[in-house]
Parts: sequence; C-alpha cells; structure tokens
Amino acid sequence: MGEEVLFWVMSPFAVLGALGLVFARKAVHGALSLAVTMITLAVFYIAQEAPFLGVVQVVVYTGAIMMLFLFVIMLVGVESSDSRVETIRGQRGSAALAVLGVVLLLTTVTVRATLPDEPTGMAQATPDGNVAGIADLIFGTYVWAFEVVAALLITAAVGAMTLTHRERIFHRPSQRDQAIRRFREGRPEDAAGLPVPGVYARHNAVDTPALLPDGTPSEASINRVLVARGAARSSEEFSHRPTPGDIEAGTSETLSSAEGADQPEGETDEPAAAAPELGGDDDATGGERA
Amino acid sequence: MITIVAENTTDEIAGFGGDPWWIIAIKCLAIFVICVVLTLFNIVFERKVVARMQHRVGPNRTGPFGALQSLADGVKLMFKEDIIPKAADKVVYILAPIIAVIPSFLILAVIPMGPEVSIFGETTRLQLTDLPVAVLFTLAIASVGVYGLMLAGWSSGSTYPLLGGLRSTAQVISYELVMGLSFVGVFLFAGTMSTSGIVEEQERLWFGIILLPSFVIYLISMIGETNRAPFDLPEAEGELVAGWGTEYSSIKYAMFFLAEYINMVNVSAIATTLFLGGWRAPWPLSAVNDGMFNTGWWPLLWFFGKVILLIFVFVWLRGTLPRLRYDQFMHFCWKRLLPISLVWIVLVAAMRLAFNEGIERNDILLYGGIAVAVLLVASLLIPEKKQPEEPEVVEQAEFDAYASGPHPVPPLPGQRFTAAPRIPATSTASSTSDDSPEEGSRA
Repeated sequence: MGEEVLFWVMSPFAVLGALGLVFARKAVHGALSLAVTMITLAVFYIAQEAPFLGVVQVVVYTGAIMMLFLFVIMLVGVESSDSRVETIRGQRGSAALAVLGVVLLLTTVTVRATLPDEPTGMAQATPDGNVAGIADLIFGTYVWAFEVVAALLITAAVGAMTLTHRERIFHRPSQRDQAIRRFREGRPEDAAGLPVPGVYARHNAVDTPALLPDGTPSEASINRVLVARGAARSSEEFSHRPTPGDIEAGTSETLSSAEGADQPEGETDEPAAAAPELGGDDDATGGERA
Repeated sequence: MITIVAENTTDEIAGFGGDPWWIIAIKCLAIFVICVVLTLFNIVFERKVVARMQHRVGPNRTGPFGALQSLADGVKLMFKEDIIPKAADKVVYILAPIIAVIPSFLILAVIPMGPEVSIFGETTRLQLTDLPVAVLFTLAIASVGVYGLMLAGWSSGSTYPLLGGLRSTAQVISYELVMGLSFVGVFLFAGTMSTSGIVEEQERLWFGIILLPSFVIYLISMIGETNRAPFDLPEAEGELVAGWGTEYSSIKYAMFFLAEYINMVNVSAIATTLFLGGWRAPWPLSAVNDGMFNTGWWPLLWFFGKVILLIFVFVWLRGTLPRLRYDQFMHFCWKRLLPISLVWIVLVAAMRLAFNEGIERNDILLYGGIAVAVLLVASLLIPEKKQPEEPEVVEQAEFDAYASGPHPVPPLPGQRFTAAPRIPATSTASSTSDDSPEEGSRA
C-alpha cells in the first residue's frame, strides 16, 4: 500500500525529469532533469527493498557521473544551448530508426518474459541481506565479468590520459623559483608581489592605481589588460598628493598645489588640470574626495 | 576484498521500525532543532575561539557574552534586500540554496545519539532510523548537497561564482572518493554498514585508535568536503571575491551559510560515530559504576561533547593554517591521500583476513613489527640526498638600503647592514628622481 502511494507520487517526477532531459533547451537544465530522474529511481529501488542499489545509484550516478557531466557542460559555457542544425546528414532519420528499434526490442523482451506466478520475496532471495546478496553475485557468480569490466574501464582511463598527455619541453618555474628570482634579479621592493590597485587611493576600483606609502601612484598596480584597453585611469591624476618628503620639507608650495586639485589655480602643475572632470566623476560614483 | 567481510545484518535492523508515529515526529523535530541550534552555537563558538587565537575578544555585545550574535546576524540577513542578478538563470538560482540546505538536515537522521531510552513510557533508541547501508546513505546525501553550491555558481551568470562552483565540484568529487575509502576500513572491521551496528562494534576499542590512518584521512577529507579553511578554495575571498556565493544575498545567502554549518555538524557526527565510539563515554568514565554513563540520557552528553570537540578542530585549523593553492590542494588529494588510503585498505583487508583465519593478534604484531624493523634498517642504507650547494655569496662592504628606490630594502644573505644615518628628505627625493620623475620634479 505504502509502496503504491510512493510509486504514484514519485513516478511523475521520473517521467517529467526524463522528458525534461529530452526537451530542455539549455544543457544544464537537461542534466538537472536527468539527475531528478536518477534520484527518483533510487527512491524506487529503496522502496523495492534494495537499499544498497538505491544508495549506490545516488552516490555513483547522481553524485559522481552526473556531476562530471555538469562540470563539462559548465566549462563549455553558461549560454550554450542546443543548436538545431543537423551536422551529420541523415542523422535524424537514423536516430529515429534506432529509437524505434530499441523500443521494439524492449517491448518484446518485456512482453515475452516469463514471470513466476508468485514472487520469491527478498527474505528468500537474499537471506543474508541486500549487501551480502550483491557481494555474492559480483564477487562470486559474476566475478569474471566484473573484472573484465574493471579492466575495460581502467584501459579507457589510461587511454584518455595518454591522449591528453602533454610532454613538458622546458622546466616550468615553480612559485619558489619565481620568488628567488624576484629577489636575486628584480627590484627587491617588488619581491613581495605587485601592489593591489586602489589601495590607499581615492577609489578602490581596479582602474585606480594604488598609492605607495610615500604617496606616489604605482602604475604596476594596474592590470596590463586594462592599460592596453585604455580603461585605466592615468597615474598622473593621482600624483598631486603631498608626499612625506613634501611634508617634511614643509614647503607651502606643495601644500597649495595639493589643495589646487579641487580648485585649479594658475600655479598648479599639469596633473591638477585634469581635476575638475575628475571631481565630477567622484560625485557620480560616490567616491570620497581627496 | 569485500567477500571476507563477516556480513551478518539482514535488511531489518533490530530496534527500529517499531516506533509509534508521535515518537517519530518528536525525533524529527528534535533533529531539526538540533541542527538549527547547533548552527547558532557554532557560529558564535567559532568567532569566539578564532578571536581568542588572534588575541581578540570576539563578539561580546549581543546577549550574555555575545551568545546571541549569530541570531542577530541571522535576523539581519533575512531582512536584507534579496537580489536576483539580471544574467542569472532564475529558476536554478532560486533552487540552488534549497538544494544545498535540505540534504544537510537529512544526515543526522541515521546518526545514533544514544542507546535505548524511555520517552513518555515508550522505549526507543535515540536515533531516528537506521539502514543496513546507513553510512553510504550519508555519502549519497552529501553528494546531492554539493549540487547546491555548483548550481549556485553556474546560475549566477557571472565569472567568479562559476569558477567557485567548478572548484567546489572538482574538490568535493575528489575528497568524497578519499572519504569513501576511509570508510572501507571501518566496514571491514565492523562487518556492517549500519551506524548503530558500527557503534556497537566499538564497545571495546574505538576504531579511531585501531584504524588511525583511516581516521586521519577522514578528518582531512571531511574538511575538504565541507569547503572549510584551509580547503575553502571555492569561496577564496582573495581570489574569487566570495566564490559561488558572490551574487547571493539575504535569506538565500543565509541558507548556504546554514547548510555549511550543518554540514560541519554532520561530518563531525559521522566521524564521532565511525571512529570515536559514537555515544559511548570515553574510557575512564565508561568504567564508572558498571557502565552507568553508557545508559539512559548520559550518552547525549558524550555524543555532543565529541561533536563539539571536532568542531573545535575545524576552528583551530581555520585559525592556524593558510589556504592552500589550488593545484597543491588537488595534488595532495590525488597523489598523496588516495595512494595512501589504497595501500592502507590492502593492509586492513590483510589484517582482517588474518583474524578471520584465526591467526593470533600477537603473531600479527610480531611479524608486523619485524617487517617494520626491516624496512627501517633498509631505509638507513638509502644514501642521503645531496644538499644543493649554497651559491657563493659576494661579501659587500656597504649595503645601501635605499639603493634601488625610496623604500628601504632588507639586505640579502651575505650583505651587511650598516645603520645608515638618517637621510634628509631632499637627498632622498633626488636619489629617486629616475624612478618617479613627477615626484622628483615637484620636490
């Protein structure tokens, strides 16, 4: 009784999942539908007193194989959906023929199969429980077939690795090698890595150069790609800040030029000329004023 | 390998299936409450402990000793604006947190928290249900939960979440494999896969002691499985903003958070059940008064004590270790943990076979000891690895810390640092004039 209720509640999900796999436009939706069908089937197995099979179905198929499918689909691209163009000629016709053949075969097998009048029952079929019953079959009766399949799978895995293997022509420098090289050859102050854009600057955006401890903007902090696209702010916009050197020297000239960022005066130097337009930008983005 | 398992469970486990419906309802409710309350507790606990490790105080404003902080945070998260990005795949985006959170509530259903007790006159076990394959069931449920993170990453329609989702998938598949292998030793020794049966088998000795390598491998893989530091690469904030959770906000984000913390409890509870004797009292206490502490409601105390101890390990690791680099992390799983667990399983199977064949424990210890001793002696014969010679260091008489720019630079090995006199500002500026012309011109 309970099993029948479960069947009628769950089977629509299984069928909907299967239909979803066929008709979904996005590959990820299709894969998800298949996962739903697999989980529903696992519930059926458990309801049919085959808990081991049901749980393994979820662990292996839903948890590992379907996950790898999804992994590949996601790598292919977020927006990829099925194209309806027939790439191989006559593909659709032969596919329809094959489907018809499989349906015919399955129907014939199901109809012609002779079932016992009275089901044996799990207690008699597997007296030691589900797990022991399956272990008996796999490692006893069908051990040869099982080993052959295992060998086949391993061959496939090794083959895939061989086909995708790439010989390394030269030694690839490791993180450690690079760190040592930076210390030995490069400028020592860059050894700890490049400064991060936007640090101590007026914006924390990636297009804003970081201000170094002495107040100078660092062009090294901006991504090369942004610079090449012309999307980065020029470091000159930010170079009007008083440096510690200026403050120590105590010259009023540098201080006034710093104020001049907001209201350009005649005596300010070239970077401050860009200030008014920059100020407008600040208001628009809600950034802090210098 | 599996044929030698002394499999003696049938599909019905003794002591289950006879509860009246209201007992089942009480147990379900209790599991839900335990999950939620432990989450609230664990967040504050984690923040407090990490704070202590970093010489801070931690949350101390909300409630006594800050105990209500996570409740306040939860309420705040619920009332935040719920954002669905334009590029998101709406259905999957909403479904993902639900898929993540529901499986996490299911695992405690098969965890035994105590022996038989009496609830309102009904004698029942402190465990909702048990299956002959209960431990595999927990693995299956965990693998469904991962879909949540992965779909969250994909459906956000943005780059960082996608990368986080991909990382989380690869990571969880790899570490689930190792986790499954660490269970095999327990199955071989317990002869059953039902959680209550495994706890019963640990009456004399915890599996965490006799199967120490399995236990260590499980501890490592459970941290990888729950995406916790130092294995929190899917949400590495230094690289991926917040990984798969970048676009999520409000209650959806709270659900992911809930799932993560419940999963911490789940894996700790599984570790307790499989390796730390489940609800059994630790050794000296278990002998007190003819095993009084292993009966009635006492075991709840030991069970949750062990779980919280393991949660503390989680927090401890987070406070201690830096995050791994992604390739190192995957190499560690596939090139270290996996071969080690495979070799260990072969050893465990051999040991089990020897026991089944009736070979005495002392003999095994003797021959095992001889084998280890031979290996140790043989290892002495291996020539020592040559140390690469230190490169010749040229002695420099003077080291100018300001030689390369305005910032002082520490000396390299061999260079001698002489305390330089404080350089006036003007001379500094002039020495850097070739590095930053605009600064030099203005000084």
